[in-house]
Amino acid sequence: MTSPATRFPLAFRLLHWLMAICILAMLFIGVGMVSTVSEMRTWLIDLHKPLGILILCLAAIRLCIRLAYPAPALPADLPIPQRMAAHLSHLLLYVLMFALPIIGWAMLSAGGYPVQLFGTFVLPPIAPIDGPLFTFLRQAHTVLAMTLFAIILAHLGAALFHAWVRRDGVWQAMTLGHGQRRLPTSSTGYAP
Amino acid sequence: MTRLTLPVALRLLAIGGVLLVLSAVFAIAAGWLPPHRLRAATIVDALEAHDGRHPGFRRAHAKGLCIEGSFSSNGNGALLSKAGIFAKSDSPVIGRFSTGGGQPYAADGRLAFRSLALSLTQADGEQWRMALDDTPIFPVATPQAFVDFQRATTPDPKTGKPDPALVDTYMAEHPETRAFVRWQQDTPLSTSFANETFYSINAFRFIDDTGKTWMVRWSFEPETPFEAIDKATLGARPANFLFDDVIARLTRNPLRWHLIVTIAEPGDPTDDATTVWPANRNRVDVGTLAIDRALTEENGDCRSITFDPLILPSGIAPSDDPLLPARSGAYASSLARRDGEHGKPSALADDPEARRARP
Ligand code: HEM
Ligand code: HEM
Repeated sequence: MTSPATRFPLAFRLLHWLMAICILAMLFIGVGMVSTVSEMRTWLIDLHKPLGILILCLAAIRLCIRLAYPAPALPADLPIPQRMAAHLSHLLLYVLMFALPIIGWAMLSAGGYPVQLFGTFVLPPIAPIDGPLFTFLRQAHTVLAMTLFAIILAHLGAALFHAWVRRDGVWQAMTLGHGQRRLPTSSTGYAP
Repeated sequence: MTRLTLPVALRLLAIGGVLLVLSAVFAIAAGWLPPHRLRAATIVDALEAHDGRHPGFRRAHAKGLCIEGSFSSNGNGALLSKAGIFAKSDSPVIGRFSTGGGQPYAADGRLAFRSLALSLTQADGEQWRMALDDTPIFPVATPQAFVDFQRATTPDPKTGKPDPALVDTYMAEHPETRAFVRWQQDTPLSTSFANETFYSINAFRFIDDTGKTWMVRWSFEPETPFEAIDKATLGARPANFLFDDVIARLTRNPLRWHLIVTIAEPGDPTDDATTVWPANRNRVDVGTLAIDRALTEENGDCRSITFDPLILPSGIAPSDDPLLPARSGAYASSLARRDGEHGKPSALADDPEARRARP
C-alpha cells in the first residue's frame, strides 16, 4: 500500500504537469516573440499575456494546496547538499512562477501599455507609468526568465536522476500513473 | 551511494541528452542559432548608428512636443468599426508632435517627416495609439529594407556624409525608396504643423458590429488652410520654427483636424506602405480632433510611453503590412532603452517660446 505521504495529492500532481507545460511554453514563446519582427511576434505576444496571467492564477491555487498538504519526505539517505539544493530550487521555482507574470504585468503598466488580454479584456495597471521602472522591470523579466529556464533544467535533471539512477520513488511522487514508490531498501529508503 | 556501472553511466548520458536537446530547442526558438532573424534590437541599433545615441530620447522622431486635447466622434465611424471610440462621444487624447530623425537638437528647417502621434482613450478604458507622418507613403515596404536604408545612408565618420556608392547600390535595388524621395521633393510642404495632413500610411482592419472587416487607411486633415513654405529658404529658418509656431498658435486657439477613413476596394494592396490607393476610394469623415494644449516633454505625459501602432481597441486590428509588427517591436525596444537613461531636457525646454507654454 502507498501511505498518504508518499505522493503529492492528485490535484497537485495534475497542476504540476499542466504548469510545467505552460511555463516551458511561455519561455519558448517569450524568447521567440522578441527574436523576430514578423507577424509571429504579434500573435505570440497575444498568447504570452493571457497564458502568463493563467500561470499566475494556477500558481496561487498550487501554493494553497502545497501549504495545505505536507509534501512527501525526501529519501532519508539523500545527501545533505542534494537535499538543500532540492529545497532551494523548489523555493526559487515558486518565487519565479509568481514573480515573472507579476513583473510582466507591472512592466507593461510602468511602460504605459494597456494590459490587454484577448483583444478586449483590459487588466488594471499595477504600477504607475514610470520610465526608469519600465526599463528595470523589462530587464528583470529577461534575467529572471533565463534564471527560471536554468533552474527548470536543473530540476528536470535532478528529477530524471531520481527516476533513472537512484530509482528512489521521488519521481513517482509526482507522476500521474499508478506508479507506487518502491519499498525502501537498504540503500534507497525514505523517511516514513 | 549509487555506484558508477555501465548501465548507470548510460542513464546519466541519457539525462544529459534530454537537457541538451531541451536547451538546443530553446536556442532555436530564441533565434540564437542560424538562420538569422531580424530582431527589433537590430533595427534600433541601425537607427542609433545612423543618428548617434542620445540618452533619454526616442531613437527616431527624437525632437518633439507633448500635446493634449480631445476627439469628438460624429458617429459615422460606428458603421465601419465597433470600437467604442466611434460611438458619438468625446474621448480624451494625449499626443506628440515630432520631426523625423534621431537627433533631438536637429533644426526644423529640413526635409524630414513631420509627425503627429496620438493616444485616444475610450470610455471603457481601451486605447487607440497611432504615430502618423505627413506623407501618404513610406520609403520602404519591409523591415529589412528599413534597416538596409538606414545602413546605406549612415554618415561615414570621416566625411560626415553617407557613402554615395552605398546609397546608389541601395537605391538601385529599391525603386520604391527613389519614388518616395522624388515625391518628397516634388510635393509642396506646409508652413506649420497646424496646416499639415497626417497619414496612417499603413493599412489596418476595421471590424464592424456584424463582424464584417473593412480594410482602411486614415488621415487627419487640418481645418487650418494649407499654405506652402518656400523650400529654398527652409534652411534659413530658426531652429525651432515649427514647434514655436504650433506652441504660439495653441496659446491662442485649439487646432482642429478631421479624421478621414479611406476604404480599400478588393485588390488594393494592404501590405505595401510605399503605394497609395486610387484617389476615388470612399472616404468617411468620422470625427474631429481638437488639440488645445502643448507641453514640453519634461512637463507632459508623452515622454515615458510609446505610440505603438499595434495598441488598438477591439474593432481595429492590424493588416498584413509587415511594417506593423516591426514598428511595435522597435518602439518597445526604443522605449526600454531610453526610459532607463538619464536624458537631458529636450531642445524645446530651453526655448523661450516653448517655456511660455509651460503650465
Ligand atoms: C510565467 C510567466 C512568464 C514567463 C515565463 C515569461 C517569459 C518571457 C520571456 C522568456 C520573454 C523574453 C525575454 C527576452 O528575451 O528579452 C518575455 C518577454 C515579455 N513578456 Fe513575459 N513571461 C511571463 C509572463 C508575462 C506576463 C504575465 C506578461 C504580461 C501581462 C508578459 C509580458 C511580456 C512582454 C511584454 C515581453 C516583451 C516583449 C517585447 O520586448 O517586445 N510576460 N517573457
Ligand atoms: C519598420 C518601419 C518603422 C520603424 C522600424 C520605425 C521605428 C521607430 C522608432 C524606433 C521610433 C521611436 C519610438 C519611441 O521611442 O517611442 C519611432 C517613432 C515614430 N514613428 Fe516610426 N518606424 C517605422 C515606420 C513608421 C511609419 C510607417 C510611420 C508613419 C505612419 C512612423 C511614424 C513614427 C512617428 C510619428 C514616431 C514618433 C512617435 C512619437 O512621437 O512618440 N514610423 N519609429
